[in-house]
Amino acid sequence: MKLINKKGSSVSRSSHNKKLFHKPGRDFLTSLGFTGPGFAGVLIFFIAPFAVVVYYSFTRGVLDHTFTGMQNYSNVVHNSAFQLAMRNTFKFTIAAVPLAVVLSLFLALLLEQKMFGKSQWRTFFLSPIMVPIASTILVWQVLFHSGGVINDFIAIFGVDKIDWLKSEYCLVVIVILFLWKNLGYNMILFMAALNNIPKTLLEAADVEGASAIHKFVHIKLRYLSPTILFVAILSIINSFKVFREIYLLSGDYPYDGLYMLQHFMNNMFRTLDYQRLSAAAVILALIMIGIIALLFVVENKFGKDIEG
Amino acid sequence: MRKKLIKKISFTVIAGIFAIMFILPTVLTITNSFMTQTEITANYGKIFSNVKEKKSYISDKINLKFIPDKVSGSQYSSVLFKSPDYLFKFWNSVILVVPIVILQVSFACLSAYGFTRWRGRVRDIIFFSYVILMLMPYQVTLVPNFLVSEWLGILNTRWAIIFPGMFTPFSVFLITKFMRRIPKSLIESAKLDGSSEWQIFKNICLPQCKGAIFSTAMLVFVDYWNMVEQPVILLPDAAKQPLSVYLSVINSGEIGIAFAVAVIYMIPCLLLFLYGEEYLAEGIAYSGSVKG
Repeated sequence: MKLINKKGSSVSRSSHNKKLFHKPGRDFLTSLGFTGPGFAGVLIFFIAPFAVVVYYSFTRGVLDHTFTGMQNYSNVVHNSAFQLAMRNTFKFTIAAVPLAVVLSLFLALLLEQKMFGKSQWRTFFLSPIMVPIASTILVWQVLFHSGGVINDFIAIFGVDKIDWLKSEYCLVVIVILFLWKNLGYNMILFMAALNNIPKTLLEAADVEGASAIHKFVHIKLRYLSPTILFVAILSIINSFKVFREIYLLSGDYPYDGLYMLQHFMNNMFRTLDYQRLSAAAVILALIMIGIIALLFVVENKFGKDIEG
Repeated sequence: MRKKLIKKISFTVIAGIFAIMFILPTVLTITNSFMTQTEITANYGKIFSNVKEKKSYISDKINLKFIPDKVSGSQYSSVLFKSPDYLFKFWNSVILVVPIVILQVSFACLSAYGFTRWRGRVRDIIFFSYVILMLMPYQVTLVPNFLVSEWLGILNTRWAIIFPGMFTPFSVFLITKFMRRIPKSLIESAKLDGSSEWQIFKNICLPQCKGAIFSTAMLVFVDYWNMVEQPVILLPDAAKQPLSVYLSVINSGEIGIAFAVAVIYMIPCLLLFLYGEEYLAEGIAYSGSVKG
């Protein structure tokens, strides 16, 4: 802003005509000056090697470049470990991501109410972000071990011991961990978005005697819809990161219910099975592109009217 | 009036119960770091007991304890003075993570400005490819990263982690979101006054996005501070690995000092939070679309 005050003089007047009416195409070049260096890096370290991965996925191996068509893909798709991993990852994501969105919105609405110690509570909710992974794992083991605290607690109600990580409940344990870690930041995003809703609109609704539910559905949700999408995207990214915790909690070959796509990839990495690894990476990438395309369609449908 | 007060108190209680549930693991880590090593082993040793090693623990159960029987600094003194290994690894973490955060966020600011100022088909395609890359799980991007590191001959050096880290698209996406919110009129008036694009970037966009840039840097820092997958595959040399890898596998021999190490490891994040929580809370008022 300082710049504008300093440079309001005649010097700039002479140059501005040139700047305002420069040739088309120059915009693109200048933009390249800013985006270019980063894009070059992305090209070298992500996109170009990924193209090579796609190429590998159609050949017999790194050394033997015989074209094999869809052979690697059908190997992967028919692999029972891959199918198991796919099912589990899908189950986890479909449960965790919507819960992360809904519960963090609930917390944001809760913290919007008048109460004591609001900013302390906010800090408390954010605290899981900074806990090192090792302590998280340790605490979760203390809680969910078969001789752990949760089992002691449910024993009060006469429920038998459950070996949480080696039972059908294992996914629940991981979903809780995921929510504990991510709700705080999502909540902050929702709080910021709630703050941005024009107060006059809500007041007008009050004057007209709108109910709280009506206000929520017709005003708040409309304004929140871009944030809901944003939080959903962040949660999808983070849902893939929770593998780290699963891995540390249960190792290379965990209980069947916890065997995720990432275990599958990791184990292939270890055996240097490049062809199948490449094919699996391409399949995953295609699935992600599908999900993103879906999100874009949803956004085009609902997000337009408030973008302005 | 009374009804209002009751409402306020009940909301406080509900929010408080949730909030305390969220902070308990952090509190547990900190208080337990002041227990003696014998007390830790007695409480949690059971987790690590295998059938193979026949150790006898004081209790057969896992005790969740918040208050130490006797406050002691013995964990800290053994970490700091008896095993220099931890401090080396801590330093490894610092020299890996700090360059990544600074470089990734700098590149991201430049790219974000480019993405904000100009529109068009090419730009949309590039941005879309960033979004896709950002959503890829590590296990997918690790394959290309591994290949490139091999070609460049930087596998098993720190650069194998720093280079891909520098260009990770996550912060480009976040910062572009926020830069888009800067009013167009502000930029146009600066342009009319003869500012160059670089001046607009430096003097208008960066200061306007300060909160967003700082909160992005915090998220990137926390993410890389806890990295496990990348070093395991790209930097197998144990002497160069960050503390996060070392910490990720706590075995029964180290359980006694695990909490103190965790607290030491938490300190940089804690300081960042104390300093930057306001940025995180207020700097990210988000609006706009996924497309950026």
